[in-house]
Amino acid sequence: MYRYDEFDHDFVQARVAEFSDQVERRLAGEITEDQFKPLRLMNGVYLQLHAYMLRVAIPYGTLNSKQLRMLGHIARKYDKGYGHFTTRQNIQYNWPALSDMPAILADLASVEMHAIQTSGNCIRNVTADHFAGAAADEVADPRPYAEILRQWSSVHPEFSYLPRKFKIAVTGAKRDRAAIQVHDIGLHLKKDETGALGFAVYVGGGQGRTPIIAKKIRDFLPEEHLLSYITAIMRVYNLHGRRDNKYKARIKILVHETGVEEFTRQVDAEWAHLKDGELALPEADIRAISTYFAPPALVARPEGDEALRLARLDSRSFGEWLDQNVVTHKHPDYAAVTISLKGVGEAPGDASDSQMEAVADLAERYGFDEIRVSHEQNLILPHVARADLRAVYDALVEIGLQTANSNLITDIIACPGLDYCALANARSISVAQEITHRFNSLERQRDIGELKLKISGCINACGHHHVGHIGILGVEKKGAELYQVTLGGSGDENTSVGEIIGRGFGPEDITDAVETIVETYLRVRLDSSEIFLDAYRRVGQAPFKEALYGSEAKAA
Amino acid sequence: MKILTANRLSDGEAVWYAADGTWAETIDRAETVADKLGESRLEAIGKAAYDNDEVVDVNLIDVVVTDGIIRPTRLREVIRAAGPTNRTDLGKQARASARHA
Ligand code: HEM
Ligand code: SF4
Repeated sequence: MYRYDEFDHDFVQARVAEFSDQVERRLAGEITEDQFKPLRLMNGVYLQLHAYMLRVAIPYGTLNSKQLRMLGHIARKYDKGYGHFTTRQNIQYNWPALSDMPAILADLASVEMHAIQTSGNCIRNVTADHFAGAAADEVADPRPYAEILRQWSSVHPEFSYLPRKFKIAVTGAKRDRAAIQVHDIGLHLKKDETGALGFAVYVGGGQGRTPIIAKKIRDFLPEEHLLSYITAIMRVYNLHGRRDNKYKARIKILVHETGVEEFTRQVDAEWAHLKDGELALPEADIRAISTYFAPPALVARPEGDEALRLARLDSRSFGEWLDQNVVTHKHPDYAAVTISLKGVGEAPGDASDSQMEAVADLAERYGFDEIRVSHEQNLILPHVARADLRAVYDALVEIGLQTANSNLITDIIACPGLDYCALANARSISVAQEITHRFNSLERQRDIGELKLKISGCINACGHHHVGHIGILGVEKKGAELYQVTLGGSGDENTSVGEIIGRGFGPEDITDAVETIVETYLRVRLDSSEIFLDAYRRVGQAPFKEALYGSEAKAA
Repeated sequence: MKILTANRLSDGEAVWYAADGTWAETIDRAETVADKLGESRLEAIGKAAYDNDEVVDVNLIDVVVTDGIIRPTRLREVIRAAGPTNRTDLGKQARASARHA
């Protein structure tokens, strides 16, 4: 994985020193809250309901064991023994004291981590397919490009005060696991007929109060033009993006209001000046960065097949976990493992200090020292020998992380919601908890099949509800929580925004409503190979409306 | 009825202004006011504490008091006063003095 060079080290150290000084001056009353707030936000420090919150960047969701162990250490020493992995592949701590921030940032810097650009109107942490470098269906590892973008965008003087925040996601596979079409820029790494690498470029996607699917403005951008072309997009946005209204300031609104053709023309005009200038990426530089992401030396471990056959016979629950949470690797003797942070009754994405340490140990022992954070709020061991899967499973059982629910209805994305978030209208975690209890039976979950359920506590959509097969949005009505349900959303290569099915449900009715929706699906599906999303796309809202609202729906 | 709440600058702890002139860590000690005069007095106290760098995010919030127990009207403030509903081992609710909040 990427290692800091001297420049990176000096830069992060200088920032720790600078922010430590700012914190000290704030605590001493030398600067006011109005002066301090933008400074703390530039360093990932928010104020939430109960306390401060620190958001730590995990570039493209990649960690080594030392880093994950440090995240566990921070949770134990400065927080309350846990952290929350987010849909942006970051981690958030919910309870740190402002006075501890300098020490926390120094600890992070010691393992090449920081909280820079995790907030504010800048280019945020670039996210990537969590199976990058391991996925059997990938053309090439997208992370070297994410790293190039990270270096280029870090404290970029021109792009540090954009009209609004800016999020970029990359995937190297046709199967989009990074939700690139709901990002400000989505990049799909692919090969042309000659075998050369380049990107399909999507612009202007986003969630929040105005969900919009990104438009493809270029089908194949040769890799050497990555920075010049993105700079051209950023310039058009920086110049014309709206600064008069925060709710209309994202690039999605600009693209929408300008029209895709005209927007593309403006980008191309800007690009014409930049294309052959200093932003062109030399082949040697790309390959140099790529060496940091070279796959580990995966030795042949052909004994895996037989070991798994026997282990399956030995333990049914191991077999279920294998079917659900283990995916095919580029190397036939290896696999990528999803460690579910979605146990029954757990807060999606939360992990305790000792769980983080134990997963770090597993990565070190069986996983070539690599861990990923997925945008679905799980942890991934991308390279595990099939022969070692049983040992990994047994270790996960010991720390309570063996839940075999990847891509099933209880593999829920949920934002912190009203249990933590100062902007929330309603709770998200409590809804997730109740749904996981209701659908506790793995047999039932597997019968239902792939079903992505996503919950946000307000219209900001941090919990991706717009692209949930079933999306749940918390709103406040007359001082009480109310949950609006959308169906048919999807965040993959066939992205769609979910449609509101009808009036909302109170906290005591929302789980029943989900169950009714699921039962309706089971009734209408052609057979078990037709997943919820496909069935919904085929039959539309009507049967679901009827089941949820009955005669009332017909009258309406 | 209204009470004054904020987060302490140094550690972010949610606090409520108490009748003894301190910022209490639990809502049960909050000073309640029932009229405009009381509200403006609390507001002035909040502003002074903010200007004095003791607290941030200062707000007057609505509460109802029944049998001496202060309960915010908004769920948001109920959760702030107690802690996350999914983790009753955390936040104020983990302390005996705040169980009834
Ligand atoms: C302090 C807590 C948080 C605050 C104040 C916050 C604030 C916001 C706001 C204001 C938006 C809307 C942006 C827009 O529409 O322009 C947003 C969107 C989003 N946030 Fe958060 N958020 C918080 C926590 C989180 C967490 C925990 C996650 C990950 C689980 C997250 C991930 C996202 C995502 C994925 C979006 C939607 C994508 C987009 O930007 O359009 N946020 N957030
Ligand atoms: S969606 Fe709303 S409630 Fe949930 S984390 Fe984002 S801002 Fe908070």
